[in-house]
Amino acid sequence: MTVPAALKRISANIWELPVSYKEGMLVPARIFATEKLIQEMDAGVFEQVSNVATLPGIQRYAYCMPDGHWGYGFPIGGVAAMDPGTGVISPGGIGFDINCGMRLVLTNLTADQVRPKLHQLIDRLFARIPTGVGCHGFVKLKQDDFRSVVQQGSRWCLKQGFATQDDLLMTEEGGCFPGADASHISEKAIERGYNQLGTLGSGNHYCEIQVAKPENIWDAERAEAFGLTVPNQVVVMFHCGSRGFGHQVATDYLKLFLSVMGRKYGIRLVDRELACAPFHSPEGQAYFSAMKCAVNMAFANRQVILHRIREVFSDLFQASPDDLGMRMVYDVAHNTAKLEKHKANSGQKEFLIHRKGSTRAFGPGTPGLPECYQNTGQPVIIGGSMETGSYLLSGMSSGADAFFTTAHGSGRTMSRHQAKKSFRGDKLQRDMEARGIYVRTDSFGGLAEEAGDAYKDIDEVVEATELAGLSKRVARLVPIGNIKG
Amino acid sequence: MPFEYRGDIANADVAFNAWADTLEELFREAARATMRVMIDDLAAIRATQTVELQLDQESEEMLLFDFLSELIFYKDARRQLLLPAQLAFYKTDTGFGLKGTLQGEEIDMARHEMSTDVKAVTMLRFSLARLAEGWRATVVLDV
Repeated sequence: MTVPAALKRISANIWELPVSYKEGMLVPARIFATEKLIQEMDAGVFEQVSNVATLPGIQRYAYCMPDGHWGYGFPIGGVAAMDPGTGVISPGGIGFDINCGMRLVLTNLTADQVRPKLHQLIDRLFARIPTGVGCHGFVKLKQDDFRSVVQQGSRWCLKQGFATQDDLLMTEEGGCFPGADASHISEKAIERGYNQLGTLGSGNHYCEIQVAKPENIWDAERAEAFGLTVPNQVVVMFHCGSRGFGHQVATDYLKLFLSVMGRKYGIRLVDRELACAPFHSPEGQAYFSAMKCAVNMAFANRQVILHRIREVFSDLFQASPDDLGMRMVYDVAHNTAKLEKHKANSGQKEFLIHRKGSTRAFGPGTPGLPECYQNTGQPVIIGGSMETGSYLLSGMSSGADAFFTTAHGSGRTMSRHQAKKSFRGDKLQRDMEARGIYVRTDSFGGLAEEAGDAYKDIDEVVEATELAGLSKRVARLVPIGNIKG
Repeated sequence: MPFEYRGDIANADVAFNAWADTLEELFREAARATMRVMIDDLAAIRATQTVELQLDQESEEMLLFDFLSELIFYKDARRQLLLPAQLAFYKTDTGFGLKGTLQGEEIDMARHEMSTDVKAVTMLRFSLARLAEGWRATVVLDV
């Protein structure tokens, strides 16, 4: 039992640690969870979400989503809105894998059409999308070209023929955060990342073939609006981020912030991983710009991978991506900081929203959403474990209090070390195949770490988001094939 | 026991403790613990390539942070799996320096069974301490 005695139940699915819980808390901390999820939460969540509540300039609450678990700095699932005028920006509130995110792509194929070619499909995806530790991409760039990639994101891909205009429309912020200036990037970050465009990476990154079964459609109207129109329709979901480039940007600025935080700005924090600088300081602004470069690299990375996925489908099914209906549902970012306007006491106010392992989930009618999603709310893509399934949700109007944010995945319950001791990758691969899920991986050790039992119950997590009014269930998607990074 | 992975900190990431009699041995153990996350069999790494290393930091602790970050950098930038060969520590006007070499080779999927990528060294519970006898470090890696 790790739940602190001070934790108060505000409503069925909202829990609060008051400011008296820890010295220095400026706002209370709120956790969205069912009774079961809150009881299972690891102690790190309570420690870290209350640490976040001490950050200068934090507004309203430090939040944690139902998939929350122990991270570094912020908990995974953490959300903090700062006053841009008085608040700080913290790389620990964004994560090293800046704009790690999810993309969901439709096809007009059914499971019956794909099953006979599933092994070929997965084998070809595995051969064509570089995965694993230190993998380099198929897009060969000079370092100067890479600077254009990180400043332009998906727009660079559009110019190079790796994207359609429609892809950009269906990506958060059009696939490019404006204000990304590569002069704030170290040579080291460029050197580390310029040959990784179009790579999946490793760990919990994957590309999955999934099926929307009729019995798993929760909201038929929204499912149709999101493009799920055929029974047993096959979709492609993938998860990856800004690769070594983003990791280096975060490392560079973590060190810079550690060196100036106390000395120059007099900020003392309980956890050095929360190292921060005033948002409007030269260091804060430089990081914000560098972080945007990493955000754009991740959008471009997912876009180039999508291009490869379309090529593979097109070759195998002997039809163009258009004829196969390979349209994007949406692309969501998990690890970002963004300036957004939200409701406040006196009308609209601008906030710097840190989301770490959490997803923006705009409700219906929110400016910035594509026209086709104005009535439904934003599609939210929740990646579950490779064994259990994933979800497509939609943002809700009632999510305004939490700055329109929801969960991002299932959330781990078992350490990687423990999972590796508990499961065998090769056996897991065979067991999954027996259950109709064909998996390819470079690493059986890595596969074992991602076993379904190492994660929370995805059904419970998404139900908690709906009960808390953050996001609504639209469809559950079950895996039939997976390439694991 | 020169290093030990911990399952009780940050379960989505990888935490380890390392112990050694000397600072140099501690750095070597921490390097092994970091690289073992990515490749199970460190003995499979052949020392065919050498990289020069020169780091300056305000503390020995931050020197360890930079040192481990270098290993992670070369894994992405040059696809190299490296371990320390020679390490020499010295004092500077502003703190501490480390000069030496890293040795290893490029990832070869035919011989190297790779595991989980390490993205970064985090500052969560990061510590390097001199004990009555020897040194001890705690490191949480983002994976």
